[in-house]
Amino acid sequence: MIEQYIPIFLVIATAAVFGAAVVFSSKLFGPQRPNDIKISPYESGKKPVGNTSERISVKYYLVAMLFIIFDIEVIYVYPWAVEFKSLYAQYGIFAFTPMLIFLIVLELGFVYVYMKGGLKWD
Amino acid sequence: MPQSNTEYLQILPFILMGSGIVISVIIEMFYKKSEPVLGWFSVLLFITVGFVSLASINDSAVLFNNMIEVGGKPAIFNFIFTFGAAVMILSSMNYISKYGIYFGEFFIIVQSSVLGMMIMAGAKDLFMIFMGLELMSICFYVLAGLNRKKIQANEASMKYFLLGAFATGFIVYGIALMYGSSGTTSLPYIFENFSSLISNVLFVTGLGLFLIGFSFKIAAFPFHMWVPDVYQGSATTITGLMSTGGKTAAFSVLIIMLSAVFANNAANTFEPYFAGISVLSMLFGSIVAIAQDNLKRMLAYSSIAHAGYMVIGLAAGNQDSVAGIIFYLAAYTFMNLGAFGVLSIIEGKDDTLLDINSYAGLNSKSPILAAFMALFMFALAGIPPMAGFFGKYYVFIAAIKSDLTWLAIIGVLSSVISVYFYLRVVVYMYFKESTVNFSIEKNNTGLLAVVISGILILVFGIIPDTLLNVIISVLNF
Repeated sequence: MIEQYIPIFLVIATAAVFGAAVVFSSKLFGPQRPNDIKISPYESGKKPVGNTSERISVKYYLVAMLFIIFDIEVIYVYPWAVEFKSLYAQYGIFAFTPMLIFLIVLELGFVYVYMKGGLKWD
Repeated sequence: MPQSNTEYLQILPFILMGSGIVISVIIEMFYKKSEPVLGWFSVLLFITVGFVSLASINDSAVLFNNMIEVGGKPAIFNFIFTFGAAVMILSSMNYISKYGIYFGEFFIIVQSSVLGMMIMAGAKDLFMIFMGLELMSICFYVLAGLNRKKIQANEASMKYFLLGAFATGFIVYGIALMYGSSGTTSLPYIFENFSSLISNVLFVTGLGLFLIGFSFKIAAFPFHMWVPDVYQGSATTITGLMSTGGKTAAFSVLIIMLSAVFANNAANTFEPYFAGISVLSMLFGSIVAIAQDNLKRMLAYSSIAHAGYMVIGLAAGNQDSVAGIIFYLAAYTFMNLGAFGVLSIIEGKDDTLLDINSYAGLNSKSPILAAFMALFMFALAGIPPMAGFFGKYYVFIAAIKSDLTWLAIIGVLSSVISVYFYLRVVVYMYFKESTVNFSIEKNNTGLLAVVISGILILVFGIIPDTLLNVIISVLNF
């Protein structure tokens, strides 16, 4: 029973050792000549401004939440689309209608947000 | 996946409820002044779904590959949910503008929560239970904090969400362990093998965690901490729904999970657990409620005590006790909704006029409201011929049949304690001079809700045997 897990343990151990080796070997063997720019946090090449604990507009959360609608949609639609041919052969139109109803109900939520002005930025 | 047409026909209550929600969303989208329309639409929808469910009470069936049960016991629960919600919507129609949540979404969220309750009551699979529970609970979290400008409402919503999510964690872990030990989430299979599974430590642990999670939801004693604050902070009519519909749905799941025990197929392993939490809930709820001056808080503690009485039925674990619990839940739903309905009519702006002093001399201000409030208080205290008495009576009788006489005695004693704080309201209304000066706003729909609840309680109390026989006839363990 437990022997079956040995490959998994090996993978985990290899990953841990490799990760640690990569991080610490540059510290050990690389030349250390720090200056202000080198030790500053990487910000896509820009100079960092201010700190990270700023207040973020609540509108971003709304967008993130709306994103979940499409996330869930993809989770369900993807396996269904992959298997659609065999499903259609077996069940005919019943393979199609439930997903259609699901998508209509789901998109209705999105339309609702749009009509209520949830996507207006100002 | 493809089902025969009859299965879609049998699941009609759920389809109606779901399409009702979709239609409500469309109305809310395209119609600016949707609130009155949606209110009456919800009432119509709830009553339709309730009657459609009741019509199928005699043809019970398990549909969609052992996923959901319709007819029979779920039909009775659906009736309680939908009619309770209809009464709640009636008393909300004027109240929500007073409380500052005059949104069409209010009705849509209530409809969704009722759909969740219906799924819970009909569930035949652990995942269906979980889905229904989440649908109901998330709607309740939102409803509790619907008025985002009120700090108490935010507090209530936050507390309810955190503790509810915590309880859900217990439930999911319990489901995982039950799945691990039985190899399936399908409840009919689990019930068949219940007597052998119950000797499996993993399964018992899972079931125990599951029961603890639902003890949160029914607000039994060691898991009651959220109740007073949440009930006080939420809008009054929403509190009414949470304390009745939510509790009924949680009890329906507890009855489903223990149906092997009720069918005498397995020993009631959790009897000490249920006996313990019922004693603690009854005594704690009844004693602490004495000290409350805020009526919403008083009703919150009374709801803990009532959960205790109902749990006696689970501890007894026989068929009579299930019928007793269902009758008690039906009676409790309408007496509590009625009491909260009266509260919502009298309540002023910004959570005022909720303390017991506002009720002094109510009889001279509004004899009808005072009479109905007295009726609900008598019913909650369990004084015949109101329905509350028979609910307690059936549960206590079932306990005595299962040799739990001591539990029934503690139940009776705690009812006697509870008479004090219920009748205190009656005494204030009839025998004290009014000290707070206010006028009661006209609220016809609210009054209608109160009258309907009052009539139902009297009907339940006058013909309890007929109703109990109906309930017993559909219990198919």
